[in-house]
Amino acid sequence: MKTYKAQYKIAGGVHPEYHKELTRDKGIEIMPLPPLLHVYMSQHLGAHAKPILKKGDKVLRGQLIGESTGFVSAAVHAPTSGTVKNIEETRTAAGTFTQTVEIEPDGQDQWTSSLTPISNWESTDSKVLLNAIAAAGITGMGGAGFPSHVKLSPPSGKPIDTIIINGAECEPFLTADYRLMLEHAAEIWEGARIISKILGAKNIRIAIEDNKPEAISAMEKAIGTADDSVHIVILPTEYPHGAEKQQIFAITGRQVPSGGLPMDVGVVVQNVGTALAIRDAVVNGHPLTERVTTVTGLPLAQPKNVMARIGTPYSDLIKFCGGINGVAAKIISGGPMMGLAQSSLDATITKTTSGILVLPAKAVTFYEAMPCISCGRCVEACPVNLMPCDLSQMLEAEDYEAARDCNVMDCVECGCCAYECPAHRPLVQYMRQGKARVSAKILEEKAKQAGKEKK
Amino acid sequence: MNIIVITLLVIGGIGLVCGILLALAANFLAIKEDPRVEKLLEILPNANCGSCSFAGCADYAKAIIVDGVAINMCTPGGPDIAKRLAAFMGVELQAMERKVAIILCGGDKEKAPRRSTYNGIADCTAANAVDGGDKICRYGCLGYGSCSRVCPVGAIEISNDLAVVHEDLCIGCGLCAKTCPRGLIKIIPAKRTIHVLCSSKDKGPVVKKACKVGCIGCSICSKLAPNEAIKMDGFLARVDYTKDLENIELVEKCPGKCIIKKHDLK
Repeated sequence: MKTYKAQYKIAGGVHPEYHKELTRDKGIEIMPLPPLLHVYMSQHLGAHAKPILKKGDKVLRGQLIGESTGFVSAAVHAPTSGTVKNIEETRTAAGTFTQTVEIEPDGQDQWTSSLTPISNWESTDSKVLLNAIAAAGITGMGGAGFPSHVKLSPPSGKPIDTIIINGAECEPFLTADYRLMLEHAAEIWEGARIISKILGAKNIRIAIEDNKPEAISAMEKAIGTADDSVHIVILPTEYPHGAEKQQIFAITGRQVPSGGLPMDVGVVVQNVGTALAIRDAVVNGHPLTERVTTVTGLPLAQPKNVMARIGTPYSDLIKFCGGINGVAAKIISGGPMMGLAQSSLDATITKTTSGILVLPAKAVTFYEAMPCISCGRCVEACPVNLMPCDLSQMLEAEDYEAARDCNVMDCVECGCCAYECPAHRPLVQYMRQGKARVSAKILEEKAKQAGKEKK
Repeated sequence: MNIIVITLLVIGGIGLVCGILLALAANFLAIKEDPRVEKLLEILPNANCGSCSFAGCADYAKAIIVDGVAINMCTPGGPDIAKRLAAFMGVELQAMERKVAIILCGGDKEKAPRRSTYNGIADCTAANAVDGGDKICRYGCLGYGSCSRVCPVGAIEISNDLAVVHEDLCIGCGLCAKTCPRGLIKIIPAKRTIHVLCSSKDKGPVVKKACKVGCIGCSICSKLAPNEAIKMDGFLARVDYTKDLENIELVEKCPGKCIIKKHDLK
């Protein structure tokens, strides 16, 4: 095993205030069961799951309650044992609407035995492991929530030689992954080996930013005397080193082509939380029913890293953390750079909720957007070498064709441009809207093309 | 002297040969275009709005001549243009009625409040993508004016955070209907007067919390309306614009106050 600093310098990047001191020394606390759990059927990227239960049904913890409805989709399981109270459509933290299964816990928290633990995974066929992961409904736990079984089954023409376990956690405020690395290093390492066995990848890289020396030494200790195919790569503390494609470049020097996926350059990236969940699914036979989330922010009485069940309402989490002192001006699901502002505390924890951030009034300013002054700071900050200034003006004028030619689809929505913009332009929102419009256009063109070919 | 004559002869000769070649080419390579297409184009409004589902007025004119497409598809032109097209083509005038857009929401600033402060891009699609829109009602008009910006004739006004169509200006092209992220805009016959100005499929109590003029799904109107001219779609009453409906007592009987009668414009 080797530990060294990343060799390649990513484009752009910013240095926001990190504020990790609020929760970095707080151990993971297990939250007691809330009175009601609202489990969304859309926990992940891709097609929503389909609820398979009725009102009044009894469920056990880990029992399948929503079945996967396509290849890019993931199963959803009951987070505890209890009764199904209701199934209706509600608003998620992302602002979309999805079927939601409301479960009243019975307090027993009894596990189902639908998945069989695989203790000797080293001598088990990869396909069996992959099926176990799909059945456990594991999705990426870093933020985007890409179903893991899809990521771990690349098409045959694309061999994977390197896997990266992402422990960078470059978002300010969040410390969930950091605490996982301190407290569950050995399990994460086992998860990494399971992933590498499934993919047949010979190299394992563990990526950690240099502001987390304790995590680096914890992982070093867990890995112990592994051979030279395992490297711990120390990334500089700079946002967005946790972004998949940027991290791949910083570690391997390989650039994921525009519109491509990491598997195109022989790499698969998984978050440390995902590695842990995969290990839990394979070794213990436990579906994904809980996750660690950082509940933080200055107005909170006791910021904490909480192990909470999927479906726990934000309001219960905030109550568990001592409630809010004074007035909260903004509540964000996720971190401050990429998180989603919330209009209420009704949303619940999903497989991708890495944090809940409460900001006080003095940290939130409502700016009025001004015209672009072409200072170029956003261009310097963009990690994918786009020109956010030009793009935002094209999108403001609703010229989606021009924005498409200027590669708006490559935007990763990291927020570096908007963070730097002195005119306070809502650059990321323009990009999101542009991406939505352009992808609708692309779909339309594809459908037209398919129609023509049929003729 | 000699040189001048020779030069004139050579250049004149070249000109003559080229002229003859061009004349022949014009004759043999000519694209045969029906002169009627141009005449039709003079009749059509030339707004190129695309509401006829063709790429523009020229495309539609060509389709009428070549493919024999119906002459009553130009919505902005209305019955007048259709009459002239029919006279020119020597066909019988098919039924053609003027169509206008209607916004099936009546929740303005006072009647349907917002639940959060939104200070992003003033565009409905963008606002709808942030936490599902800032209005309490998840179906109602957001009022950021995306429809009014695409309207080629300026017929949509945002009044009190609610889009309102000026029916006398509307040409019924349907661009607004395609733009609205909440799908609130329908293109309907202009002579229709009774409308359910709500698109909320939520149950009654939810609607009541969100809006003072929402459809609570009581289904009184659907029972009163003759010939199933109003049908219930879950908890929402929808007018079936293919059927006649002149039942004015509906307006008074609606407990949600979301059924209205508009002036007849013809």
